[in-house]
Amino acid sequence: MALERWFRRNKPTRSDDDATPAGLWVKCDGCGAQIYRKDLVANLSTCPECGHHYRVTVEERIAMLADDGTFEPWSGDLAPTDPLAFVDTEPYPDRMERVQRKQGRPDAIQTGAATMGGTPVALVVMDFFFAGGSMGSVVGEEIARAAERAAVEGRPLVAVTASGGARMQEGALSLMQMAKTTVALEALVDAGLPYLVVLSDPTTGGVTASFATLGDVVFAEPGALICFAGPRVIQQTIKQELPEGFQRAEFLLARGMLDDVVPRAELKGRLVRTLQLLQDRPVDRGEGDGTSPPDLEASEVSEASEASETSASIEPSSGEEGTARGA
Amino acid sequence: MALEFERPILDLEGKIRDMRAYAEEQEIDLGEEIALLEARLERLKTSTFEGLTRWQRVQVARAPGRPTAFDYLEHAFEGFEELHGDRTLGDDPALVTGLAQLDGRSVVVVAQQKGRDTKENIHRNFGMSHPSGYRKAMRMFDLADRFRLPVVTLIDTPGAYPGIAAEEQGQAWVIAASIRRMSRLRVPALSVVIGEGGSGGALAIGVANRVAILENATYSVISPESCAAILWRDATEAPRAAEALRLTAHDLQEVGVVDRVIAEPPGGAHRAPGQTIREVARVLREEIAALRDGDPDAWTSQRRARFRALGRVTDHPALGA
Repeated sequence: MALERWFRRNKPTRSDDDATPAGLWVKCDGCGAQIYRKDLVANLSTCPECGHHYRVTVEERIAMLADDGTFEPWSGDLAPTDPLAFVDTEPYPDRMERVQRKQGRPDAIQTGAATMGGTPVALVVMDFFFAGGSMGSVVGEEIARAAERAAVEGRPLVAVTASGGARMQEGALSLMQMAKTTVALEALVDAGLPYLVVLSDPTTGGVTASFATLGDVVFAEPGALICFAGPRVIQQTIKQELPEGFQRAEFLLARGMLDDVVPRAELKGRLVRTLQLLQDRPVDRGEGDGTSPPDLEASEVSEASEASETSASIEPSSGEEGTARGA
Repeated sequence: MALEFERPILDLEGKIRDMRAYAEEQEIDLGEEIALLEARLERLKTSTFEGLTRWQRVQVARAPGRPTAFDYLEHAFEGFEELHGDRTLGDDPALVTGLAQLDGRSVVVVAQQKGRDTKENIHRNFGMSHPSGYRKAMRMFDLADRFRLPVVTLIDTPGAYPGIAAEEQGQAWVIAASIRRMSRLRVPALSVVIGEGGSGGALAIGVANRVAILENATYSVISPESCAAILWRDATEAPRAAEALRLTAHDLQEVGVVDRVIAEPPGGAHRAPGQTIREVARVLREEIAALRDGDPDAWTSQRRARFRALGRVTDHPALGA
């Protein structure tokens, strides 16, 4: 838990800044191929060659999930305090101020209302580039408020997680956000509304061990690191090499921990369909991105060609499912 | 084994012992001198333990000889009957569950058990649970609801176990599920942090209506060693991390994480286990009696409200409305 800085400093395979690497040409972290940067961005920040999924910003995430122009922010007027007067290499308030300026938001989360495929939803998106997406009081409170407001407004909740875990600079209060977010989700349970989660790279520690894994349906992006204890902590404990693919999305799917691993190009469509299915509404089969989940592919050949408008905010259309899958 | 700051106390205790032996041997009366030294000893214990740094308290919380869950289960409760197994995968010795009574009324108990010696510590995995342990805890929460029995949890763990099997079996998933299951209890719940409250692995059984903590116990988002390794890239900076994390009983009471601090005898629980257990036994009875008197329809909502309220935020000046 509280591994956010561990991720920032040790950079096992990816750096903090590799959302979409700078430069005209990019060497893919996944396969080493030279990719034209614009192609990478156009492809939802996934490699057109190998399907490697790069971390995305909150803005990119909202653009790929919310119907064009429908996102209305809820969060933004709460800021962190310094309950412990915490000083490590610099005082916590100074650190926060710097990150706030860099990221343009008061803490590591954006919540709001939107429609997805025409369905009203509440969206929660974590900002990994803000102090490793660590969860302190503000992140916990914004999630709790989003869940409660979603329940009042009758909106299902869709959360996309990316976090190094609980934020140690707020001590035990950060730990308590695990319980706070969990009890706040009860509002959705009471209202009979769905709560869907997308675990993106990386989701670890106290976030994984609370609201992130409590979704009615839990998807993950290909290759995402998802864990309670980070790989290095485990390696230090057991002093052995870790198995191939350990704690990656595909590994966890095989062990029954996820409902599915969903490539980014298919993500919106899968979320919209899942919401429709859970709420016993007609399934809009062409909704989302024009791709089909694999188990429906055979019966839906005709529809694959109809690219829909719902992901138009990311253009050009992203019909690269063949390459995006299988990472 | 003595903690470093205990040395002057132990030296003085040694001196008193020697003087007694000498008086007996020489058949002389040193009663007055001994009484003086004993008074000095009490003062020394009190002043030492009042002035402990946070890192020193961490050491007391982990000290060998400190009462473990079983010591309370056997001596602070009546008629403890252990119940085993998660009904899925196994029985986790690091997390002990069962039925017991307080003042002749039944409760369900869920407790983290460290070893009382090296052999037991290995058997109990130093109190670090696997997913199986939390599944067993959830089974007990079901049992408590079914028979309308209050729940008492005793928290004492460095954390949930960070291992390959634990991760494969969904350590994060089961901690989240246990937090949720405990928050949904329709009966009253009391948690007591008796030693180490290690992060999510502790909170998984800590979502109670009332949370009490022993004076020298700790409860933290991360261990001081891990925190130091991350922030200063040096685990020997743990004392500094312990200071920064504010993980002592009184620190936690200040921010509302715990409701009540249970006093330990001067010198710490590990030097007076019997006295500590008696005090915990008294508090358990008092707290459970008060909880039983509460509104039966309000336990769940009260627990939800308690945890919903935790955290400190402020208005954001730049982006605020």
